[in-house]
Amino acid sequence: MHLILFIVFAGFCLAGAVNLLMQTHPINSALSLIVVMTSLAVLYLLLGAEFLAVAQVIVYAGAIMVLFTFVVMLLNAGREERTLGSRAAMVVGFPAVVALLAVAATVILHTQGLGTAAMRDGITSTQELSTVLFTKLLLPFEVTSVLILIAILGAVALARPGHGERTPSE
Amino acid sequence: MNGSLHLWLIPLLPFAGFVLNGILGRKLPKALVTAIALLAPLGSFLVVLGESFGMSSASLPVTETLPFPWISAGKLRIEFSFVFDQLTLIMLLVITGVGFLIHLYSAGYMEHEDGYWRYFAYLNLFLFFMTVLVLAGNALLMFVGWEGVGLASYLLIGFWFQKTSAADAGKKAFIVNRIGDFGFLIGLFFLLANFGTLTFSEISAKLAANPAWTGGVLTAIALCLLVGAAGKSAQLPLYVWLPDAMEGPTPVSALIHAATMVTAGVYMIARTHFLFDRSPFALSVVAIVGAATALFAATIGLVQTDIKRVLAYSTVSQLGYMFLGCGVAAYSAAIFHLMTHAFFKALLFLAAGSVIHALGGEQDLRKMGGLRKKLPVTFWTMTMAVFAIAGFFPFAGFFSKDAILYAAFTQGGLGTVVWFVGLVTALLTSFYMFRLWYLAFLGESRSADIHPHESPWSMLGPLVILAVLSVCGGWIGAGRFGAFLAPAVGTKTAEAASSNLELILSVLAVGVAALGWFIADRLYRTNPESPARLAAAVPGAYNVLVHKYYVDEIYNFLIVKPLLLLSKFVLEWVVDIAILGGAAWLLGGIAMLGGAILQRWQSGNLRSYAAWLALGAAALLLFVLMPWTSILAGFGLHVGMVGH
Amino acid sequence: MSSGYVQLLQQDVPLSWYLLLSAVLFSLGIVGFLIKRNLITVFMSIELMLNAVNLSFVTFAHQWHAVKGQIFVFFVMMVAAAEAAVGLAIIIAVFRARATLAVDRIDLMKL
Repeated sequence: MHLILFIVFAGFCLAGAVNLLMQTHPINSALSLIVVMTSLAVLYLLLGAEFLAVAQVIVYAGAIMVLFTFVVMLLNAGREERTLGSRAAMVVGFPAVVALLAVAATVILHTQGLGTAAMRDGITSTQELSTVLFTKLLLPFEVTSVLILIAILGAVALARPGHGERTPSE
Repeated sequence: MNGSLHLWLIPLLPFAGFVLNGILGRKLPKALVTAIALLAPLGSFLVVLGESFGMSSASLPVTETLPFPWISAGKLRIEFSFVFDQLTLIMLLVITGVGFLIHLYSAGYMEHEDGYWRYFAYLNLFLFFMTVLVLAGNALLMFVGWEGVGLASYLLIGFWFQKTSAADAGKKAFIVNRIGDFGFLIGLFFLLANFGTLTFSEISAKLAANPAWTGGVLTAIALCLLVGAAGKSAQLPLYVWLPDAMEGPTPVSALIHAATMVTAGVYMIARTHFLFDRSPFALSVVAIVGAATALFAATIGLVQTDIKRVLAYSTVSQLGYMFLGCGVAAYSAAIFHLMTHAFFKALLFLAAGSVIHALGGEQDLRKMGGLRKKLPVTFWTMTMAVFAIAGFFPFAGFFSKDAILYAAFTQGGLGTVVWFVGLVTALLTSFYMFRLWYLAFLGESRSADIHPHESPWSMLGPLVILAVLSVCGGWIGAGRFGAFLAPAVGTKTAEAASSNLELILSVLAVGVAALGWFIADRLYRTNPESPARLAAAVPGAYNVLVHKYYVDEIYNFLIVKPLLLLSKFVLEWVVDIAILGGAAWLLGGIAMLGGAILQRWQSGNLRSYAAWLALGAAALLLFVLMPWTSILAGFGLHVGMVGH
Repeated sequence: MSSGYVQLLQQDVPLSWYLLLSAVLFSLGIVGFLIKRNLITVFMSIELMLNAVNLSFVTFAHQWHAVKGQIFVFFVMMVAAAEAAVGLAIIIAVFRARATLAVDRIDLMKL
């Protein structure tokens, strides 16, 4: 059971990722990314992280991707144009990526002692998570909320109409 | 014997004068500058007198050494040592005494100059270096003085530096001196290599302990030192700077280029006589150089029209006499002539200066005349000097010139030849000096509307004193000079011997001088047109003489032009522009090229930055995750990385 | 016959497969960063990379039965949210300034 689910949703992840790369219009890429996010949520659930699965759907797929979609619509971004491109990106970048993947894959496949995942493995309950979060890791938790506050302020300041426009004095 | 002689005061006073006048002189009132400048030589002179009264001949030489060495490197040790012996005494008396008189004269002569303070600062500087030169107990300290007087001479010749000819003359003097100094330095190196020391007393002692040493290296050393002396004392072929040095103020010519600096070469040979004594060859060279210079310069002096040029060539000629004396090992005679020459030559120059001052700057003999009545004191003092230089009895020049000629004749061989040359030169000397006398003072006035007036007493006073010395100076030393200087320079000169021969030679010398006067009288008083006719009769010879044998032109062609060409084409184009400029250009080019290449990396393009980032990440990952030790071990390289 | 398939289907999934998936997603994210020409799409590729890393964290949390892995993922999510907000605001500002979203045209930072 676990295997089938894994294969299906891993397939969705990969398909969505590849589609993200292939599409020319950003809105299509955004929608593909939503597919990836939700598939990942299922995979989290398969690994026993119930809270994270739900958080993934609510925060990532539900908020962040919506934000992306809003911006795409706001800026009326159209299809990608053919621009000059960067030769360095192709010449240097692709081999680097391939090398990276190769190294990671080699290490992963040669590592001993990795276990397995199955349906019978328990689920990490939300209670477990929150106990640690609100006792031992309370300070990072609060700091994170401050961080989000700052991010809100920053976003408001940057995206305000008067900011960033070219004024004659510049 | 280190006494409390305070020899260091003698150079110190002029140095203090130089410092004070040099730094503050511009702002001080003229009277104060004069006072400082005059007190220095006067003070030194009094110190010298004080030393000399306190001692007997037996207590000399006295050495004073400063408690710390100058150079102490390995086996080489050079001290700051001053030596005071009879030779030093004579030299110091001349330098500080005549120096003081000339300082006094300058106060009047240079009164209206802008650079008054500068002039006296330089003059004091010169005195400082000259006293260091004669007091030095080792050759290196003497070299310091040697170079220093060259510097002072350069500064003073080019005193009116805005005049191109004066600046050029200063440069010429310095450069020609430098050539001589090079010879001196080589000689010093030889001395150091062979004797291990530069102190005169030690070298002398070493030579005395080894009577068998002659010739060879000692000849080389002596010849090198001779080159140095020839440069400083304006002998052939390095005399060319002295006539040009007349661009400087006349008192400078009197002090430096007549009485003191140019005699440094003679002094040096006398001081190192123990070296020259061991090398008959070197002595012969000295004698030949001296005699040749004496004759050469005298012939040029016959036809010069500038009053100072005549005196300049006369100085070269008389220095040749002194070298002649050294060349026949009659060092005391040479020094005697040095002393008397200082008196009458300084007097001649100062009187010439008085004439020039009176005529408002005129130096051409053809435009002078009839000054006898208008400048009486100048006339009579100059007459004394002319008689002295011509060698008439009982004036000073007679005794010293006679001593040299006698020593030359009695040596035989080469000595007789140089004696004859000396005799001919005496004839020429007498002739051209009287020619000058007639042209300047006697006859009708050829100077246009200028009304000559006698000089102030600050200028006339020294003239009178020097005239007295020119008359009596010879009596001081006759017969006694050799014996007096013997402890310092050896007793080659047998002055007391064979008075008959001496008498004959003296009469011959005076007769020759009288002949010179007679000819001058004929040509310049009784038949004033005859010089022009004579010149027209032998135009070739006359031209050669007037153009000073074209020596300057020859030097220019042989030495100066090639050097300039070398500088321009080799040093400027090849080295400066091509090599150095090229290297700089290359370095700059490399930097710029590197920068241009690297600049393209910073394109601002996000994607290329991302690509390089990915590459860096991949490399990092590769480095961290791969089990390098086991891979390398597989190739047989065991790297010690514990716990990786 | 069906028991063979059933047996197959009953098998557990080795965790290395999860990790491999994570690696592949990460690489795809980098590729997207390199080849996409729209600024927003580039940003999306970055989000993809973050997610890939989250997956590997969760995998290891499952491996070691450590809840800390999941908490880390939690924090990553929060930071990613903040970053997305600010980043998109910047994109808006850049668009206002340069009137283009093409990555190659926004190169004012070059020397």
